[in-house]
Amino acid sequence: MIEAKGLTKRYGDKLAVDQLSFLVKPGIVTGFLGPNGSGKSTTMRLVMGLDMPNSGDVTVNGRHYHDLPWPLHEVGALLEAKAIHPGRSAASHLWMLAQTNDIARSRVDEVLDLVGLTQVAGQRAGKFSLGMGQRLGIAAALLGDPEVLLFDEPVNGLDPDGIRWVRNLLKNLARQGRTVFVSSHLMSEMALTAEEVIVIGRGRLIAQTSISDLTSQSSQSFVRVRSPDSARFRTELEAEGATIVVESDGALTVRGADEVEIGELAAKLGVVLHELSPQQASLEEAFMELTEDTLEYRNKETTSAMAASKGTS
Amino acid sequence: MKGLIASEWTKLRTVRSTMWTLGLTVALGIGLSALATAETRAHWATMGPIDKLTFDPAQTSLIGVAFGQLIIGILGILVISAEYGTGTIRATLSAAPKRPKVLLAKVAVFGAVALVVSEVVAFLSFFVGQALLTAPATHATLATPQALRQVVGSGLYLCVIGLFALGLATIIRHTAGAITAFVAVLLVLPIIVHALPNSLTHDLIRFMPANIGNAISAAQPGSSAFSPWVGFAVLCCYAVAALVIGGVLLARRDA
Repeated sequence: MIEAKGLTKRYGDKLAVDQLSFLVKPGIVTGFLGPNGSGKSTTMRLVMGLDMPNSGDVTVNGRHYHDLPWPLHEVGALLEAKAIHPGRSAASHLWMLAQTNDIARSRVDEVLDLVGLTQVAGQRAGKFSLGMGQRLGIAAALLGDPEVLLFDEPVNGLDPDGIRWVRNLLKNLARQGRTVFVSSHLMSEMALTAEEVIVIGRGRLIAQTSISDLTSQSSQSFVRVRSPDSARFRTELEAEGATIVVESDGALTVRGADEVEIGELAAKLGVVLHELSPQQASLEEAFMELTEDTLEYRNKETTSAMAASKGTS
Repeated sequence: MKGLIASEWTKLRTVRSTMWTLGLTVALGIGLSALATAETRAHWATMGPIDKLTFDPAQTSLIGVAFGQLIIGILGILVISAEYGTGTIRATLSAAPKRPKVLLAKVAVFGAVALVVSEVVAFLSFFVGQALLTAPATHATLATPQALRQVVGSGLYLCVIGLFALGLATIIRHTAGAITAFVAVLLVLPIIVHALPNSLTHDLIRFMPANIGNAISAAQPGSSAFSPWVGFAVLCCYAVAALVIGGVLLARRDA
């Protein structure tokens, strides 16, 4: 479990993280979404105790990172790819980390095997590709078999096979009951991996919600309805509070009522339907809509309050 | 703490730069000492009687140590600056969030390695140099008054200079910047002090690390120098100051 309360970090006069509060729960993959420069990496460094917040607080399993006696056994993190001495081998890199937390030598071989680097374990890491560097970083995160895992853009530089491997790894880790917190700017990837998402923009929380809520609440989600009696049905639907746009092909785009409500209304009125199809917004569309809001509240103070209250709900 | 020390030892021995810098410190130290003593021996016949009388065979054979300090200093710098340069520092500090302990482990491991290598350089330089100073040139043995202190002290000087460099690098965090600062303290600062009015130069020059080293390696320290062990204590203060400032900054700054 990771809990942030009012986390704020300033670099000079740039506000990187602004009053950020969220909760990352165990047992699921939680995606951390936001445009580049929105404060994702900074937030992760704050969780890991690498940077100190100007105000607010963040804890891992109820404790500050600095107070963890054996941090690698509780928290593992991949923060940047290839953060390794180019002259040192993958095995030596992991071994020197293992020694700090009293982790057995055999565990180094285990995680090397797990990420598929056994063959190149003795090679100087400077020769590694970005993808191999990512795998080594993931191995380092798993070294202490921790309950809480943070991954900053783990699929960067990986080939499709590697991406699928990471996706399955993250899901499996969550299934084992671990807390898995993954940042990404690739929405499609998060849609496949995460159950919950925390969305930030300009260092502020925009939303913490499940993927399904995020997409269904999006205005990009609607129900497409076609009926020979569309004019009458439209009036009835509007009377029920739905908003309707008539498409060029005569189909109705209905928002504010879901397919169940629409279907039941049609049955009650005896209206014939030729099509009743819910159109789910992609996570990407939902995300674009949300971050558009943050751009807007920069200009209009009134909407910023709305965005904030929406975020904490 | 045991784990941190083991980890630092692994870090030190698993990169090539360690072997390069330590090997070079030994080779350069002994090589230059051999060169200096052989040169003295070759010109012995043409030296004046006063030069012969004041000739300090131990100090001449320890001349290479002064060059070795530049290289062992670079290793001391790399012990931490390489971690910043490569980003490994984030992994290190995530694994060991009690940051001053990390620096302490670095001091212990690098200090021990530097001490062994420094004393090896000092003793080998001495023995090689004395062997080259064949009769009629005067030579010293470890039993010669002051000689043992000159040799052991020179090794200690080399080790503490390395630790001072480690402290500087902890403060500065960049390899190039730290090397520049280190070279400036060793070589440029004395030039500035020499450019000051004479009375000031006389008062300040003894505080220069190079002058402290010179006094330690000499049988008779010069008139404007600290006595060998006082000088060594001053040098230790420099190293401790740099390391304490570095440690405080390490604990406070974002990594």
